[in-house]
Amino acid sequence: MPPPFLFLQTGAGVLATTMITTLERSSRAAARGLSDMSIRNLFIIPTVLFLIVFNIFPLIYSLGYSFTDFRASTNAPANFVGLQNYRDLLNDPYVWSNFAITAKYVIISVAGQLLVGFGVAMLLNRDIPLKGLITTLLLLPMMLSMAVVGLFWKLLYDPSWGVINYALGLGNFEWLADPKMALYAVALTDIWMWSPFVMLLSLAGLSAVPKHLYEAAAIDRAGPFYTFFRITLPLVAPILMIAVIFRTMEAFKTFDLAYILTSQPTAELISIRLYKMAFQEWQTGRSCAMAYIVLIMVLAITNIYVKYLNKVKER
Amino acid sequence: MAAVRTSSEIGFNRVAIVAVLLVTIIFLAPIYWIASTAFKPRNLATTIPPTVVFQPEISPFVKLFTKRSQLRSPPTPEEYAAAPWWERVVFDGGEKIVRDGKGQVQWSGYPSRFLNSLIIAITSTVLAVGMGTFTAYGFSRFKVKGEADLLFFILSTRMLPPVVVAIPMFLMYRAVGLNDTHVGLIILYTAFNLSFSVWLMKGFMDEIPKEYEEAALVDGYTRMEAFFKIVLPEAATGIAATAVFCFITAWNEYAFALIMTNRRAQTAPPFIPSQVGSGLPDWTVIAAGTFLFLLPVAIFTFLLRNHLLRGMSFGAIRK
Repeated sequence: MPPPFLFLQTGAGVLATTMITTLERSSRAAARGLSDMSIRNLFIIPTVLFLIVFNIFPLIYSLGYSFTDFRASTNAPANFVGLQNYRDLLNDPYVWSNFAITAKYVIISVAGQLLVGFGVAMLLNRDIPLKGLITTLLLLPMMLSMAVVGLFWKLLYDPSWGVINYALGLGNFEWLADPKMALYAVALTDIWMWSPFVMLLSLAGLSAVPKHLYEAAAIDRAGPFYTFFRITLPLVAPILMIAVIFRTMEAFKTFDLAYILTSQPTAELISIRLYKMAFQEWQTGRSCAMAYIVLIMVLAITNIYVKYLNKVKER
Repeated sequence: MAAVRTSSEIGFNRVAIVAVLLVTIIFLAPIYWIASTAFKPRNLATTIPPTVVFQPEISPFVKLFTKRSQLRSPPTPEEYAAAPWWERVVFDGGEKIVRDGKGQVQWSGYPSRFLNSLIIAITSTVLAVGMGTFTAYGFSRFKVKGEADLLFFILSTRMLPPVVVAIPMFLMYRAVGLNDTHVGLIILYTAFNLSFSVWLMKGFMDEIPKEYEEAALVDGYTRMEAFFKIVLPEAATGIAATAVFCFITAWNEYAFALIMTNRRAQTAPPFIPSQVGSGLPDWTVIAAGTFLFLLPVAIFTFLLRNHLLRGMSFGAIRK
């Protein structure tokens, strides 16, 4: 799992090699118009440079600050404190509890999405009137803005006049103000929003299962359970795995939804803690260190994801 | 298949269809609820039991766009008669539209936020898709040393949590005066969408047969001419789909906008929730703002329906 400055090295390395190769007189098209080499460089280098300037450079900038006690709210110069920020953070039980909350949230919401999404896909995977329309309608939630979804679920969750309590006959049940319930309420909204994503991927997987396998199973008088566990599931598993990794990554980063829905400390995900540390408490140096800890975790998951994607693509 | 269908399977099929309908209703209920609240009179928005049947009103939308204050005394019949219809619906709700010294209607904060969202999302989409198309072509057609690493690097920039990137960006923007500017957000969203656009466009480029351009090259086209005259038209569908995805991402983005803007360049996502802030919020107005904001995305989702799978999986899964 390479840290970001390794990317920079890779980036710089590639830049160097491309520049060297530009100097080689190679292309037969060089006689007319630009050579293929220079077109390639012209097309790729600006994008890579743009991403380095606006994504990698800021990260190097914040790496520097992560070793200081800098506070962006004051004009006091930053003092170098070495690894103090990292040490403090890793010894802070509060931060550990944020990680634990985030882990719990990721597990609940991804498991929920997997169950609902795959379940609905199994239901939809047959001849149904208006199937195309229904599928598109079901996909709508995941296209919406998380912040705005959070806002209108707040309306639905309202304990005294919310539709959810009324529909389920729960009286004045507190969803968001109850410390025990808040995280589940956020996860439930996330499940509503993102199950369609798992459904979409599952449908693609299910429709790719060769029909003759089911026919063969039927001829052999295989039961529905046998058919499901021995044919359907193994063949859909790779695509489900993609959905799970992708959703894990996104759930780990969740900010908007939880931030808007609730201010319960029991639902304080790692991104929210980071936001508060940086932009409400103005502990800039420390929040940079925290950002690096989060960054390394995300890169680890991303790496797994990309490796898996490439593996699936090769098949 | 029909030959091996048993009666119990047909029965199960019927159950499944009913279940699908139920699931669809449950999934759409929240969206229906927000849409219907946007057309309710204020006193019916938060009733117990919830109001399902009502006379739809346009007043929440009038209120959404205008600045209002409480009426201290009801308007005189002459005043009421002289007022245009959109002012009357506000009078009916016990409020009046605030006017400046010249009698000009004062706008609320919403229209400028909506406009900001449009400007920022459209500009950043054009930039990200433009650059992404060129880069994708480069990766698709030419040998690039360390291609896998480079593509991973490009993707990884998208995977970072926004707050992580926002901390240094905030400091840098503050240093160069880009906080709360359109340009600042456009740059951020372009960078954010560029990686997505490269990955998705590379998939579309890979699908265009190389032979098309090779034939053109043999016919005396330069590589550039072949790219613009042969490849780009072939890639039009892919470009459109990528653009819609980038637009939706930029349109929906919240965290960067919350941190980097507060007024001048603020977009709708941080603005709409901020209205709930104080006192007893008028949920019909909030619902109206939400409804207008979600409408373009809903329309685009229908236009995109055949490309959703591909876009949502970064081009990994194609149908």
